[in-house]
Amino acid sequence: MRAAISIGCGLLLAALWAVPPMVANAAGDAAGSALLAEQCAGCHNLTGPAPDTVQAVRARKGPDLFYAGDKYRAEWLTEWLQKPTRIRPGGAFYGDHIVPSQATDKWDQIDTASLPDHPALSAPDARAVSAALMANTPYAERIATVTVEPVSLPIFMGDMLFDKFKGCIACHQSGKDYGGFSGPELYTAADRLNPRFIYSYMQNPQAWDPKIWMPNMNLAAADLNKLVRYLQMIAEEE
Amino acid sequence: MRRAQHTLFGLWAVLGLGIAWAEGAPVWAAEGDAANAELLYKTYCVQCHGATGKGNGINVRDMSVQPRDHTDAAGMVGLSDDRLFKAIKEGGPAVTKSVLMPPWAGVLTDEEVHGLVRHLRVLCACEGRG
Repeated sequence: MRAAISIGCGLLLAALWAVPPMVANAAGDAAGSALLAEQCAGCHNLTGPAPDTVQAVRARKGPDLFYAGDKYRAEWLTEWLQKPTRIRPGGAFYGDHIVPSQATDKWDQIDTASLPDHPALSAPDARAVSAALMANTPYAERIATVTVEPVSLPIFMGDMLFDKFKGCIACHQSGKDYGGFSGPELYTAADRLNPRFIYSYMQNPQAWDPKIWMPNMNLAAADLNKLVRYLQMIAEEE
Repeated sequence: MRRAQHTLFGLWAVLGLGIAWAEGAPVWAAEGDAANAELLYKTYCVQCHGATGKGNGINVRDMSVQPRDHTDAAGMVGLSDDRLFKAIKEGGPAVTKSVLMPPWAGVLTDEEVHGLVRHLRVLCACEGRG
């Protein structure tokens, strides 16, 4: 009987964990929420859950924003929305923008002309949208469990870890135009993102985005802390 | 009598459909698997192995180790299906290859990895030895 109750509780917990709670935007800025609904919902998922099929993840037009408050730094959001720049060199789904190479000694290219630009907002609108987005925190409990330990890391050791030992460079750029194209640029990640989110996402990308083309690299806590520090260092460098 | 004939006809129809389903189902399933494997390949593999599988994806320019050319039958023939499965599921280091080939176990099911192995055999037009 006790076992049955335990299993029941376990299943209930698993179900609660698997289904992200709907976003409560009540605390957010009302004007910002209205702007989000009018101008952003066409390309961004504002309500969750994250796409759970390959087809859905390929069809995504922009990053999911239903957990924006768990992910971003508010100041960066407000600035970026006024002067948006490209963060994903291959677009929302890189596969839609490939120009295949027919030769084995040349690589496929991204058709940059096919990448859409993000609209810019006025300063008041950017502030309102940023405030509304920061109220989207369905994973606040998950973020609260993360502890990023401060570590001291010589930059060359960070380079080694990022490039050689863990292979992050394959898909991500660690400097302007150095690295891969299928993932977001990471020399701006520390400016953009909550360090606890960076840690949690690297630890288990699929917990945030079940079908994303970033694999779980099974990173140990020591390496997660070093990589968070490394991303801060390369953001300061750029 | 007429009702009996109808019933008999109904039975034959059900039996016939059953046979058709039994024979047709595996074919449909196999076609579905192949299409799904191709979709997975175009989502997770082409970023490095290239849109045409030649090992020349968009990410390759700054890589220190070149991804495998999946259309190279001479190279692919030497890799068993088990080895390909292990490389995809557990990553390059599990088969003494580069860390740039990551483990996909967190994203793909075993069944999906088996589907990708079969897709690689289509790309190389070869069977694995060894």
